[in-house]
This record gives sequence, structure tokens and C-alpha cells, in this order.
Amino acid sequence: MIVRISGEDQYQLPDEQADRLDALERAAVEHVESGHEDGFAEDFRALLEFVREHGTAIGDAEIETSDVILPPSDLTFEEAGREFTGEGLIPD
Amino acid sequence: MAGLTGRMSTVVKAKVSKLLDRAEDPAETLDYSYQKQVENLQNVKKGIADVVTAKKRLQMQETSLQQSVVKLDTQARQAVSAGNEELARTALERKNVAQTELQGLDTQVTELEEQQQKLTDSEQKLRAKIESFRTKKEVIKAQYSAAEAQVRISEAATGVGEQMADVGLAMQRAVDKTENMKARADAVSELEAAGTFDDVTALGSGEDDIDRQLKELSSKPAVDDELAKLKGEIGAGDAPAPVAIPAEAGSASEAPPAGGDGAPAKDAAS
Repeated sequence: MIVRISGEDQYQLPDEQADRLDALERAAVEHVESGHEDGFAEDFRALLEFVREHGTAIGDAEIETSDVILPPSDLTFEEAGREFTGEGLIPD
Repeated sequence: MAGLTGRMSTVVKAKVSKLLDRAEDPAETLDYSYQKQVENLQNVKKGIADVVTAKKRLQMQETSLQQSVVKLDTQARQAVSAGNEELARTALERKNVAQTELQGLDTQVTELEEQQQKLTDSEQKLRAKIESFRTKKEVIKAQYSAAEAQVRISEAATGVGEQMADVGLAMQRAVDKTENMKARADAVSELEAAGTFDDVTALGSGEDDIDRQLKELSSKPAVDDELAKLKGEIGAGDAPAPVAIPAEAGSASEAPPAGGDGAPAKDAAS
């Protein structure tokens, strides 16, 4: 599957890693829900690190559409709160 | 619990999709898409230029604030030497405000630099993909049947579109950030215009407004501390004899400070 980290690169990630990716993403969002900033920062970093580590970067000249798009690495806790909880789910 | 799954990536993907410029009629979109892509690339360049402009403005303000800090510091020392505590205090208050602003500007310049780097990288990626699209579209035109070409074209256009949308998101973030910084730059300009960092020797009779503003803005304890320190360093009071004063014993002169209205000069003395 193809995963994009917004503002960075697209990665080809083996399909069997999908569950792990999902679990990491869920962990990060749960921290946003519970207002746990440090936990969020840690898990969000782990999520992106996981993709970079287990994925293979897709060349700039290759044209692919992503299956999953993750937020940019400099996403702040505040932004995450706006985007991924409550009201934030309604697109702006 | 299940509701949380994929929320983050779903939201981001939805945002990207919203920015995707979907072609309505793939058959005639090959060249149109390409043209559109090139146009968008120009916009990214403009976006980067805006960030650079904002950064330059902040850097210029930084330079002028740094000069003010040096000048006001010198003036505070001169004022203490001359025994004019009120003037020294005013200079230190101004210096304090300037330093606070300077710190804020510094953080923002760094942040803008990061934005600029990110956008430049994104622009390069987008350029590579557009170039690749250009080659690909010629191949598609030449090699595929109309029906198959349609599928391939829309795939390729979506892929490039996604890259474009991603740059679009990065630009939005950069614009939001530069907006904040513009607000800060404006605030600093206003302070400058109000004379907050001006030469204290230029103080005229109409200084009450500035004084009031200063009192609100500056942190008094910091100024008090620094004033005491300066007095310690220079030798407080207006001892008339310009005799070489031993560095630390200077403040024990018999004459109490003449300037000011009973200012807390004693705590500086040992």
C-alpha cells in the first residue's frame, strides 16, 4: 500500500504492516482525545518513524496515488485537536 | 473505539481530495492537466516568495531592534554615571521591551526558515512529477486505445493532483504562519512608531503617553534588578570626583543619589 506523509514523501509499505499502522494511528488519536500532549507527540513521531522505516520511498518522478495520507510531521497538538476530534471532523 | 480507527489519515485524505482538481473529461484533459499543473507550480513559487518576503521583513526588524538594545544599554550606563536614575530606568525599560520582542522575532524567523525549506522541497518534488507526467502523457497518447488511455490519464492526473494538493496544504500552513508573523511584525512596527525603542535623550515634554505604555509593557522587577546591577558596576550616585573608583566599593559614597524620587538605591550597595 502507498502511504504519504504530508509535506514529505510517499512510501510503499508492505500490506501486512497495515494493522500496525492502524494501531499506531489510533494510539496517537486517543492521546488527542484524552488531552495527553506528551503521549501524542511520542506516538505521532513513532507513527511517522514506522512508515519511514518499514516503507520504501517512492521516487519523485513516479506518479502514484496514496492509499493513506498522514499529517505533516510538524503538526502541533493543538492542530491535531482541531482536526481529529469533535467538531474538527466536520470538514472546513 | 472502532470509530477512532483511521481517523487521522481519513481526515487528511479528505482534505487532499477536496483540493484535488478532478478532470471532468479525461479525453481532452491531457494537455489541459499539464498546463494546469504548470500554472500551479508558479503559484507554489509565489508562495515561497511570500514566505521569503515575510522573513526578510522580520530580519530587518531584528537588526533594528538589536541596534536599539545596544544603544539603550549604552544610554542607561551613561545615565547611571551621570546620576540620572529616572533616565536610566526609562532606557532600561525600553531595552527590556526591545529584548522581549527580539526573542519573539528570532523564534519566528527560524520557523519561517523551516517553512521555506519545506516548500522548496515540495516544489522540487512537484516539478519532478509534472515533468514525468509530461513524458507519460505523450506515451499514453501514442500507445493506448481511447478507453484505456482515459483510465491511465485519470490515474496519472490524480497522482500528480495529489502531489499538488499536498503542496497546497503545505502552502496553507505556511500562509497561516506568515499571517501570524505579519501580525507580530506590525505590532513591533507600532511600538517603533510610538517611540518605544527611541533614543532616551530625545525625550521631550510629551512623553507621558509613551511612559504609560512602557509601564504596562515592561517587567519592572527585571528593570530594577538591572538598574541595581548597573549601579553596582558603574558606581552609584553622583560622587563628583572622577577619581578611579575601586570596582566594587564604588557605591559606598557618602552622597546619596540626587536624581529620582527616593529610588531603591541602597540595595545596590554592599
